[in-house]
Amino acid sequence: MTSAGPAAIPAVPERHRAPGHGGGPASATSVRVHKQRLHLSHVLFALPALLFFLVFAILPLIGVLALSFTSWNGIGAIEFTGLTSWTDALTRETTWRGLLLVLFMIVATWLLQTPLSILLGTFLAGQQRYRNVLAVMYFLPMLLSSAAIAITFKSLLDPNFGVPAGLELEFLQQNWLGDSTLVWVALLVIIAWQFIPFHTLIYQGAVRQIPQTMYEAAQIDGAGRVRQFFSITLPQLKYTLITSSTLMVVGALTYFDIIFVLTQGGPGKSTRILPLDMYLTGFRGNEMGVASSLAVILVVIGLGLALGVQRLGGKSSSASQLEGA
Amino acid sequence: MKRNWIGGAFGWIWLVIALLPIYFVAITSLKSINTYFGSNPALPSPVVAVENFVAVLEADFTMYLLNSVLVALGTVIPLVAMAFMASFSIVRSGHRFFGPVRSLFLLGLAIPVQATIVPIYLLIIRMHMYDSLVALMLPGIAFGLPLSVLIIANALRDVPKELFEAMDIDGCTEWQKMWRLALPICQPAIVTVAVYQALMSWNGFLFPLILTQSPDKRTLPLALWSFQGEYATNVPVVMAAVILSSIPIIVLYAFGRRYLVSGMTAGSSK
Repeated sequence: MTSAGPAAIPAVPERHRAPGHGGGPASATSVRVHKQRLHLSHVLFALPALLFFLVFAILPLIGVLALSFTSWNGIGAIEFTGLTSWTDALTRETTWRGLLLVLFMIVATWLLQTPLSILLGTFLAGQQRYRNVLAVMYFLPMLLSSAAIAITFKSLLDPNFGVPAGLELEFLQQNWLGDSTLVWVALLVIIAWQFIPFHTLIYQGAVRQIPQTMYEAAQIDGAGRVRQFFSITLPQLKYTLITSSTLMVVGALTYFDIIFVLTQGGPGKSTRILPLDMYLTGFRGNEMGVASSLAVILVVIGLGLALGVQRLGGKSSSASQLEGA
Repeated sequence: MKRNWIGGAFGWIWLVIALLPIYFVAITSLKSINTYFGSNPALPSPVVAVENFVAVLEADFTMYLLNSVLVALGTVIPLVAMAFMASFSIVRSGHRFFGPVRSLFLLGLAIPVQATIVPIYLLIIRMHMYDSLVALMLPGIAFGLPLSVLIIANALRDVPKELFEAMDIDGCTEWQKMWRLALPICQPAIVTVAVYQALMSWNGFLFPLILTQSPDKRTLPLALWSFQGEYATNVPVVMAAVILSSIPIIVLYAFGRRYLVSGMTAGSSK
């Protein structure tokens, strides 16, 4: 939900074949499909899931838009106040800073994680047995909760009693979480530590699906390892790159728990990204209306980014990605 | 074939990076508080202290553990049941009604959960369920549905339709087809969904943070966080708590690695 990515696969693929009839000529099946009557039992089976989803996911999504035009302190009555929450939200300096920080974080996490994940994924895709053993250990960080990870790194980076102090390396002995620039270095590394395993996993799966014959042909042509990587592996990973990037970009919007536990937005407001600002405004500052306005901005950015990345990679590719799930 | 030295070196370097923090947690949790302040933080202490684990267990750890287990079970069991039944209808019914239903669940994949916390908080308060474990299950189920439906529906789509037609000839109802045919065939997909959603529930921080208040309703991640506040200076105890809270999920990983991994990459590999 909040940590690993799959909770955020965007875009609604158009499935051209009729539901319920895997394969087969689309036209032939769809003719028959439209004649099918609606089974009452099918509706009843789907009803619990549908109701749950409407009440606890779709209703809140609409609710957040409605609440952004109100003023509510979290306890008392909810009052309709028109655009007041929006003007408040848009005129606060922290909103714009939070927005810039979250955009910076998206770009920086992408630049750091994508090349490393591709390299590691390619490495792990090899068939040697020891690589499977390595993979098991690579994926351990993926299992830990963000709270546990944040708490671990807080102690690990402690200027006096942390690992840098123990290693006695001058350049590592910094107040990593107390400096407004260094804190971002630390955060990006910690987030990479947590999420690179997941993206590595995606790339590993994708590399294993590249036909071996392509590499054999390249070898006959005398292409070396590096050449093979750039002219076969990378181009073949195009669609995976789009999927992984989408998850990374949309996921970055929700890196809330780790920052919340690690820095609470500090030092100062240097790590107060928009999602954290939204939480603090609503649940600490008791301005639920303003928080809702910020949440609407988040939804718009999330959908915009997801669609943007998909568009970059071409529409058909995103559809085929989800089709093949 | 030539050996891939660059890839190999990089692979081993990453192994060190991945394991270093875990190593730090492990060695620190076994230090007494005095050793912690006096010894080299990067090296294990020669004297093993188990007192930190005892302290964690005495600090209501079992209650938080029980809360986490209850929330995970209360989320995953209804979630999987509902997702399976909905997927069955989406895949088996050819009626137009289910097109939009399918699209609605897919749309759910793009909703940033975090953006809905204010209305969910309001909803839970109005339902008089604030500060209860059930309050944590409800949104967990709802936001788990899209991916679960996607994975199970894809598995169901691969079931040859001749099998369903054979059951038609035998005069079976849709209900019987669902439980006798679809369920056994989709079992791997269902286990994948269950293991993955259990992990999500276990590590969830946001909903416990906004929907509960009393210490006796805390789940493990939230308990860890408040524990860190209470024991700010006693790092070894906090590290022991990190280890104890992660053990159940690491056991789950050991048994369900294949399912967990396929759950995580569902919808993204290929």
